[in-house]
Amino acid sequence: MTPATARVAAADLDTGVGSSSWWRVALTGQVTGPLAALILAVVIFSTTTENFFSGANLALVVQQSVVVGTLAIGQTLVVLTAGIDLACAAIMVMGSVVIGRIAVSGNVWLALLAGVVVTVLLGAVNGSLVSLASLPPFIVTLGVLTALTAGARLFTDSASYPIKSTLLTALNHGPRVGGVTITYGAMAWIGLTVLMAYALTQTKWGTRIYTVGDNPHAAELVGINVKRVLFGVYVVAGLIYAIAAWQALGRTPTADPAGYPTANLDSITAVVIGGTSLFGGRGGVTGTLVGTLIVTVLQNGLTHAGIDSLYQQVATGVLVVLAVAVDRLTRTRQSR
Amino acid sequence: MTTQTVLQARGLSKRYGHVVAMADCDFDLRAGEILGVIGDNGAGKSTLIKALTGALVPDTGVIHLNGEPVSFRNPLEARRAGIETVYQELGVAPALEVSQNLFLGREQRRPGLRGSLFRQLDKPAMRRASAEHMADLGIRIQSIRQRVETLSGGQRQAVAVARVAAWATRLVVMDEPTAALGVRETHQVLDLILRVRDRGLPVVLISHDMPNVFQVADRIHIHRLGRRVALVNTGDVTMDDAVAVMTGARSPADVPQVQVSTPDEDASSPKGTDHGER
Repeated sequence: MTPATARVAAADLDTGVGSSSWWRVALTGQVTGPLAALILAVVIFSTTTENFFSGANLALVVQQSVVVGTLAIGQTLVVLTAGIDLACAAIMVMGSVVIGRIAVSGNVWLALLAGVVVTVLLGAVNGSLVSLASLPPFIVTLGVLTALTAGARLFTDSASYPIKSTLLTALNHGPRVGGVTITYGAMAWIGLTVLMAYALTQTKWGTRIYTVGDNPHAAELVGINVKRVLFGVYVVAGLIYAIAAWQALGRTPTADPAGYPTANLDSITAVVIGGTSLFGGRGGVTGTLVGTLIVTVLQNGLTHAGIDSLYQQVATGVLVVLAVAVDRLTRTRQSR
Repeated sequence: MTTQTVLQARGLSKRYGHVVAMADCDFDLRAGEILGVIGDNGAGKSTLIKALTGALVPDTGVIHLNGEPVSFRNPLEARRAGIETVYQELGVAPALEVSQNLFLGREQRRPGLRGSLFRQLDKPAMRRASAEHMADLGIRIQSIRQRVETLSGGQRQAVAVARVAAWATRLVVMDEPTAALGVRETHQVLDLILRVRDRGLPVVLISHDMPNVFQVADRIHIHRLGRRVALVNTGDVTMDDAVAVMTGARSPADVPQVQVSTPDEDASSPKGTDHGER
């Protein structure tokens, strides 16, 4: 070690430390690619269709993104640990029908609380099977998805409950700015993204999620309780799904046991397109926010272009496989 | 004894059913030395190292750390006592920055309200400390904010060594740290091990590679059939002799051994605490 190299290292560091505001870290990183894709999609639809680029339609895009976007935040946490939650929308639907059914009897606050308890408990079921029983997340959440799809119908006798309470639909309202409504649900989605971006990049909790997803063995060797981190992630995801359930009741004021059939896969698509690696340890919620908007813009824009909704699903499917392929390619290149 | 013994074990044994993994095994590590541990496959080197680092609890025997009796029930307790371990290729998180890897599991929060209320990590301080530490150890990397996956294999292992060197207060154990590396990278890591010793941390180096061990070790612990059959000064024996003793081709009595104190003679360790089962 010569003093010269020490100075070089110190100089590197000085330039590094100066630009390390947490929000800048959250914004840069792996978000640049998805952001470019989003802008490209917006430009294409704005120039090729008449009504896409209007305040009302862009506000609609945001409204259409709220539920999937919030689900995708929970999904991101799970995927960062190299897991996957196939049951996220099913847990949300279960939460919303519990809220809907209890709200019929009057006490909406109790209904909301029960909904939160149910989604958190279901998250804990996922979490304990994945962490304590060391079962693969894919199988665990597939099982929970299957059971809940039937469970929600059994619980409701396949009926839907109309939602009349103003509390339960509150997230679909909000202040009007320049002719468009900014709903509280959209604010909750954006706010939760900011909160989670901070928690993931700036706290021990977040660092541990990345460490566990990146190299669980190394995490164990340095004394991180891997099982506890995993369990916690599924529980927090369950809590986030409760917020999504509340948002969903606002958007369509019906608690429908058969609602949101594509939201499970849409949330995974949003996470993957947003640059979070299915192999764990890389990515974040800022990318997921952009990924969610890409999914919605694609669906909304294709509708404006007069393309059948079945083709929209084909497009989404192609997009998610493409995103996984890019993830795989970049990972192979980096590990060389 | 003139030099202080940092880690001493007497009469360690471990059985798994009928399999004896460790039989009445002794161990001595002095302050300021690199102790090579060599032994054939299946000789029980790993069992010994696991017993010393808390990864397994021996059936019998005593371990003294700086003269104090210790019994580790898990690796965390050994780490808390100041013993850090480097493993072959498993110790780093490739997607995380170098500084995050140095502080893995030991992240620091900011002082004041940002740390206590908002739980914010002190990334600038951790990066600064990491850069200083890496420079101290002579490890050259472009930036402390590089992801570990962008480093070469030797640099990655250097990061793992730098981490244990940063946190160990008593000694460092390195289990086959160069097994996955090329020749040039192996030498970088060996140089680093010498620097760690020169900074005052004794090192236990487990390796299959005889030339590496003879290049850096001050003394060599030869392990065979679950116990230490010889403890030699590196300069006193040839590599061929060491291999012969290790494989049983020669008797340990044929090589010049180092005299070690028994616990009863060693003033630094308490008397009559154990050995009942021997």
